[in-house]
Amino acid sequence: MAEIVQEEGHKGKGKKKAKKHGTHIDMTPMVDLACLLLTFFMLTTAFNKPKVMEIILPEKPKENEKPPELDKSRALNILLIDHDKILWYDGLADPNKTLPVLTQTDFSKEGIRKVLLQRNKALYAKVDRINKDVIEGKLKITRDTLESRTKRMYKEDKSGPIVLIKAADGVKYRNIVDIIDEMAIANVARYTLVDINPVEKTMVKTYKK
Amino acid sequence: MGKIKLAVKTPRIDMTPMVDLFFLLLVFFILTATFRPEEAAPIDTPSSTSQAPIPDSHVVTILISKNNKVFFNVDNGSDTIEHLRAKILQGVGSQYQVKFTPMQIKKFAGLASFGLPAANLPAFLDAPDVKAREAMQVGIPIDSLDNQLATWVRYARLYNNDLEFAIKGDGSADYPVVKKVIAVLQDNNVNKFNLTTNLKKVELPTDVLQK
Repeated sequence: MAEIVQEEGHKGKGKKKAKKHGTHIDMTPMVDLACLLLTFFMLTTAFNKPKVMEIILPEKPKENEKPPELDKSRALNILLIDHDKILWYDGLADPNKTLPVLTQTDFSKEGIRKVLLQRNKALYAKVDRINKDVIEGKLKITRDTLESRTKRMYKEDKSGPIVLIKAADGVKYRNIVDIIDEMAIANVARYTLVDINPVEKTMVKTYKK
Repeated sequence: MGKIKLAVKTPRIDMTPMVDLFFLLLVFFILTATFRPEEAAPIDTPSSTSQAPIPDSHVVTILISKNNKVFFNVDNGSDTIEHLRAKILQGVGSQYQVKFTPMQIKKFAGLASFGLPAANLPAFLDAPDVKAREAMQVGIPIDSLDNQLATWVRYARLYNNDLEFAIKGDGSADYPVVKKVIAVLQDNNVNKFNLTTNLKKVELPTDVLQK
């Protein structure tokens, strides 16, 4: 680094006077050090904390307990398959009856999000309204109150879909996060991760052909 | 005519304001610094629209790397004086008949995530540097025959009741591995947990919500 301290130039003539000059401290090393530390702290600081997505799964049924009955008319099955694709169908697949038709879609905003929003319009509108009111300042409630209110809306929801997320082989973790995120975006009240059953496996196989 | 000699002067720059600024920034960064923890494997988390930040302490993080290795991390709770990591380590050690020296326990308390069978832990803690340690990280066994992750989770919960669980998986990790990890958590009655993600924007389809 360049030395910026200057030597006073003395001209030959004249009496030699003890010249008073303000003590100059060479600050360069200090600046170097400060700069170094600054860079170090800038690079090692983790500024944005990672975000988390909360997920609450239903408790595992006890051994002698029957799993709760599912309202067939509200069931929406989402089958995640490889290559980031989604197949979905309504109701339940019963091997003794004609199998439901699979529809293919993807993770784009016009894909599964549209399907979910269409089915969950009522609840979505409700939750969206209260959120907007809070943001715009029409409704002055604390974050906790807002949370408990939306939770109650979720609980009281009687018409929205019950989404069963089933992942086939070859699905990546990213897909699962995406689909759970879709649930959060569409404010779906009830969803769970379940294993894909053999009937659905064959359905996927025949669909692929 | 005599030539006009230009006096050669070295310019003097007043560095005081710059130094002031440097120190101000330095103090700011020192005070706000929260260090990035040393992670056992690079993990590229997927994105979600969730905006909730991860809690500061009382978190168990289960990391799943790109090549499906499972790592475990637990913090020392709100106060290091509780020596939670040391207790958990000794608990797990007693389960697998592994003995640790006080030095190893102390070292363990200062480390972050790790992923290896319990039997290799003493050697891992005696390893001289990061590189040697990295080579030993083969992932925590989660097979049904030797489910060590469940043991870690159980002992972590035994010593700290307020634990929250976070799964930090790489986007391209295979789902079956994640499913196994979730099953381990559910077997330990953990039905509420967090998935660590990056933030992304919400976009809605255009025509659905218009009446």
